[in-house]
Amino acid sequence: MRLLLLYSTVLRGGFRRYATYRVATVAGVFTNTVFGFILAYTFQALWSERPRLGGYDEAQALTFVWIGQAMLATVALMGGGFEEEFQQRIRTGDVAVDLYRPIDLQLWWLASDLGRAGFHLLGRGVAPMAVGAFAFDLALPSEPSVWAAFAVSVLLAVLVSFAVRYLFALCAFWLLDSHGVSTLSTLLGVFFSGMLLPLTVFPGSFGEAVQQLPWAAMLQVPADVLLGAREGGDVVAGWGFQLGWAAVLFAVGRAVQALAVRRVVVQGG
Amino acid sequence: MVEAIRRRAAVFLWGVRAYGFIAGMWVRSTLAYRTSFLIMATGNLLTTFLDFVGIMIMFSHVETLGGFTLAEVAFLYGTSSTAFGLADLFLGTFDRIGTRIRDGTLDTLLVRPVPVLAQVAADRFALRRLGRVAQGGAVLVWSLLRLDIEWTAGRVLLTAAMLVSGGVIFGCVFVLGGAFQFWAQDASEVQNAFTYGGTTLLQYPPTLFARELVRGVVFVVPLAFVNWLPALRVLGREDPLGLPGWVDLASPAVALVCCALAGLAWRRGLRAYRSTGS
Repeated sequence: MRLLLLYSTVLRGGFRRYATYRVATVAGVFTNTVFGFILAYTFQALWSERPRLGGYDEAQALTFVWIGQAMLATVALMGGGFEEEFQQRIRTGDVAVDLYRPIDLQLWWLASDLGRAGFHLLGRGVAPMAVGAFAFDLALPSEPSVWAAFAVSVLLAVLVSFAVRYLFALCAFWLLDSHGVSTLSTLLGVFFSGMLLPLTVFPGSFGEAVQQLPWAAMLQVPADVLLGAREGGDVVAGWGFQLGWAAVLFAVGRAVQALAVRRVVVQGG
Repeated sequence: MVEAIRRRAAVFLWGVRAYGFIAGMWVRSTLAYRTSFLIMATGNLLTTFLDFVGIMIMFSHVETLGGFTLAEVAFLYGTSSTAFGLADLFLGTFDRIGTRIRDGTLDTLLVRPVPVLAQVAADRFALRRLGRVAQGGAVLVWSLLRLDIEWTAGRVLLTAAMLVSGGVIFGCVFVLGGAFQFWAQDASEVQNAFTYGGTTLLQYPPTLFARELVRGVVFVVPLAFVNWLPALRVLGREDPLGLPGWVDLASPAVALVCCALAGLAWRRGLRAYRSTGS
C-alpha cells in the first residue's frame, strides 16, 4: 500500500516535471505539426494513386499520420523519455545509489515515465491532432467506446515502449557511450512502429513479420483501434498482443538488469 | 582596411584549426572504446537505410509519385541526405547549446582563447555521424546509375555545388537554431522541424506539396536551394512555381547570404547571454 503511494507520487512528479517546460512543449507541438504536414502530403499522393492501399482509404491514411504525430512524444519513439537520465546515472555511477534505495529500479522508472507519457499525451497529442483535423479530412470516430478502447491501447503502447527503451538504456552498463544506442533505437522504432509508413503497406511476408514485432504494439495497434480497422474481438486480440510483449520485455529487462548489476564495476572510485 | 581583413581571416583560420583540435580529441576519446564504436557505426549505417526502404516500399505499390520515378526520388533523397549529413557531421551537436545556456556551462567556453562558435560546433563531435553521409551518398550513386541523364560538365558542376551549398545552408539552420536558444532556452525542438523536417521534405518531389509550402521553403526558409531547384534543373524538369531559370543556379549565393545572416544572429545571441544567477 505504502509502495503504491510512493509510485503514484513518482508518477505525479514525472507529470509535473514535464509540465514545467511550457516553451519546450510548444516547440514540440510545432515540430510534430510540421512533420504531420509533410507526411500527410506524401500519403495523399500515394493514396490518390492507390486508393485502399494497406486496407485504408485516404481519410484513414491521413488520420494515421496525425495519430502518429500525436503519439510520437507519448510513446517516446524518438527518445526524450526517462532513458537519457537513466543512462547518465549509469555512466556517472549514480545508479549505485539508486540500487541501494528500498524500491524496485524498473518500477521506479516506469512510474516516472508513465507520468511523463500522461503529460505528453495531453500536452503534445491534442494540439497536432486538432491542427490535422482542421487542415485535412480525417476519419475520427464519434463513438466514445472506440476512444476508450484507444485509450487502453495507448496505455499498453507506453508499457511496451518503456520496456524496449529500458533494455536499450541498460546497454549503457556495457557501452558507456550510449548516444549510438539511442540513435539505433530511434531508427528502428520509427521504421518498425509504422511511423514512416503503416505496417499494413509493407509487402508480403515481410509485412506480416513486422506486425508481430514489439514496435507494432507502439503505434500500429493503437492506430488500428482508433481507425476502426480493429473491431470487437480484434481489439481484445490487439490488447493481448501488446500485453504479451510488455510482459516478455519486462521480464527480459529484469534479467538483463540482474546480469548488469552483478558484473559491472561503478567507475570513479 | 587590409589589416582588418587580414585579422578577420586569421581569427577564422584559428577557429577552423581549433575545431580540428577539439574534434580530434573527441574522435580519440570515442576510439578508446573501439568495439563499441565499430558496432554502433555499422548499426547506424545499416539502420539509416531503413529510411530509404520506406520510400522503396511506397514505389512497390506505385510507378510514380507526384510524377517522379523511383530513380528521380532517389536523386532528391541522395542529395538532401548527403547535404544534411555533412551539416549534421560538422554542426550536429549544436542543439546541446540550450543545456549549456540553461546551466551556465557556456561560461567555460567564453574564457577560452578560441571562437565560441568553433567550440560549440566541435563539442562532442561524433564520427559515427559519417554513417548518414555514407548512406545519402550511396543512395545518390545508386540513383545516378539508374538515371538516364547526359552528364555534361555543367550538370556535374551543378550537382557538386548543390551538395556543398546544401550542406552550408543546413549548417546555417543549425547555427540559427543555436542562436535562437539564447532567447528561448527550452525550444531546441523547433530546430528539428527545419533540420530533420527539412531533409525529409526535400526527399520528396515538390509537386506533392501545397504551393504555399513550396513558396515558404523558397522565399522564407530557403531550403528549396539545398536540392529542389538545382535538382529539377539536373533532372530536366520544370519547377512547380515557374521561377526564372537563373534561380536554379543561385544555391551558392543563397548559401553565402545564409552564412552572413547566421553569423549576425549568432553574434547577437552571444551578446544577449547573461549566464546563470547562482
